Amino acid sequence: MKMKLMALSLALMGIIASCTKDKENDTPTGNGVVKLEFFNNVGSSILNLDNQWYLNEHGDSFKVSKLNYYISNIKLNATYNPYTETESYHLVQQSDASSRAFDLATVPAGTYTGLTFTIGVDSLRNVSGAQTGALDPTNGMFWSWNTGYIMFKMEGTSPQSGQLDKGLVFHFGGFSGANSVLRTVTLNFATPIKVTTSGENHVHITGDLLALFKSPNIINFANTSSVQMPGAEAKGMADNYANMFTVTYAGL
Amino acid sequence: MKKIWLCITLAVGVGWLSTVGCKKDTISPDSEEPIAFSVPVGWPAPSYTFANNKLTQDGFTLGRKLFYDGRLSRDNSVSCGSCHQQFSGFAHLDHPISHGINNLLGTRNTPGLSNMAWHPAFFWDGGVNNLESQPINPIENHVEMDMTLPEIITRLNTDADYKKRFKAAFGDETINSQRIFKALAQFMGAMVSADSKYDRYVKGEAEFTDQEKTGLTVFRQKCGGCHAEPLFSDFSYRNNGLLPDPLVNDTGRAHITREVTDKYKFRVPPLRNVAVTKPYMHDGRITTLEAAVERYRSGIFASPTLDPALTGGITMTDADKQAIVSFLHTLTDTAFLHDARFAEPK
Ligand code: HEC
Ligand code: HEC
Repeated sequence: MKMKLMALSLALMGIIASCTKDKENDTPTGNGVVKLEFFNNVGSSILNLDNQWYLNEHGDSFKVSKLNYYISNIKLNATYNPYTETESYHLVQQSDASSRAFDLATVPAGTYTGLTFTIGVDSLRNVSGAQTGALDPTNGMFWSWNTGYIMFKMEGTSPQSGQLDKGLVFHFGGFSGANSVLRTVTLNFATPIKVTTSGENHVHITGDLLALFKSPNIINFANTSSVQMPGAEAKGMADNYANMFTVTYAGL
Repeated sequence: MKKIWLCITLAVGVGWLSTVGCKKDTISPDSEEPIAFSVPVGWPAPSYTFANNKLTQDGFTLGRKLFYDGRLSRDNSVSCGSCHQQFSGFAHLDHPISHGINNLLGTRNTPGLSNMAWHPAFFWDGGVNNLESQPINPIENHVEMDMTLPEIITRLNTDADYKKRFKAAFGDETINSQRIFKALAQFMGAMVSADSKYDRYVKGEAEFTDQEKTGLTVFRQKCGGCHAEPLFSDFSYRNNGLLPDPLVNDTGRAHITREVTDKYKFRVPPLRNVAVTKPYMHDGRITTLEAAVERYRSGIFASPTLDPALTGGITMTDADKQAIVSFLHTLTDTAFLHDARFAEPK
């Protein structure tokens, strides 16, 4: 597969090179690398799993034991030729640093102004049967009783939690209709990045977990501490996480 | 997509050779009758088309081995075939609700398995949307097999025969969840039951008795609106007037959609091989076919979501009822129930 893609992109490069020569000599050619890195924060502090207390907008304290989410269908936006990653499915897990950074390895040279991605896994892959890689159900992000991916998962504890064990269990899923929790986010770079065949661009995307409990829907853990099925609660919190990401760095 | 399918019949007996590669490293015995999938005449296009999971002899036999392997359960005691028994149309004879590991009981009756490729969704509430995604549920369910996928993969990796079979089916020895599910889908998807007396009667190859003929006529009038031919289900979700069990309070389709209007609605079950798949209904509360038919006349429980077609019950004479029952017996496909290709390998 990789080989084929390589061959294909080489061929494409060839075509592009031969076409552009006639038109414009200064059109950049070749592919470059853009490294995407996800950082999870809680307000202004770095997210520490298990051993740090935080305060949500409502004033409830909480600890986080798990934070996982899918990022899919990544697109780099450009005035002329946007770039769309193929097989674009990434599972970002706070417990696994290697999952939080990945390369877009074959981005055509050019200028990009920002990026667009989906939080979650698009509906097609939720109905297409057995998947592998980031979408393998062994990753624990799949519901077997009501087929579909858990797009976003946060677990922890809070003394204010309405559960007997004071747990917080937020598993957000649902890919169709009114209760879809898929959210597409577009973020602009402060200054456009220039992708060239040499030099690697870095894009830092910071997720603020406080946003999950804040806006437009303030979450009060006494009332909402366990969401494990598609529905209005999940949808409301998806509207919140749609606002959680910002680009904190973009450049070489 | 569907149109393309109509034109295609997978003649796998020949086709599979090409996917295995140059080395014909196949392990299926020569005596094995080749598996093939074709759409019976007059049937609609299937939902599961094998488009991304080419049916091959080695994929099918691997799926069969997995289906009958107790190692897919925590204590090695329960296989898919423990609950889905061939002689019972792949249902669980005389078990009203599923009976899994450590004798733990679930809450739903094991449905028969056949013609799975035509099912748009799975389970009594339609919660699972793809045949390949279905096995995760029984494997991980604590009262069924109580296993984890990584543990199964570890177990299978210690078995040289499985490695050989994964290689033959998928090109290399890698064992992952996707390949396990695709192999199981090949096995279950190829289980087509379309050779009952009813099928042969429709094709003009068999005679019905007068009672069976009457039964078919009455059935078409009174039952066919939901149990639509040729699969004997329109795959909709309906409340057919069962009194909800207050202890379990299984809300059926509403469990998936969260809509009150779907409360107590269940998938209309296909009735093929229904004479051998007792007990009946989502919780197995009815033990005989006679009682299942009689209930439509005298035992309809009215509730807000009861299907309008069943308001006041279905009127039928005793003779009509007997005729329907004998007609339902013509849906038994003896060849399917004894097909060695679907049986546990000796
Ligand atoms: C403990 C008994 C048990 C075991 C073991 C079991 N099943 Fe099932 N199976 C059931 C029950 C009960 C249902 C119905 C579940 C529901 O509707 O919620 C079912 C439903 C199904 C369905 C959906 C049928 C339909 O018409 O919607 C398929 C397919 C299936 N099982 C395949 C398998 C496979 C493959 C395995 C092994 C990996 C397996 N089963 C193991 C009891 C079992
Ligand atoms: C309004 C739609 C509807 C009509 C009409 C209807 N059924 Fe059903 N039937 C269902 C549904 C839904 C179920 C499953 C209910 C459940 O388990 O909760 C079912 C279940 C059954 C079952 C049990 C099958 C199994 O595998 O457990 C039998 C047998 C059956 N119906 C026969 C009939 C007959 C015979 C008639 C005509 C007299 C009929 N049905 C009319 C919807 C209908």
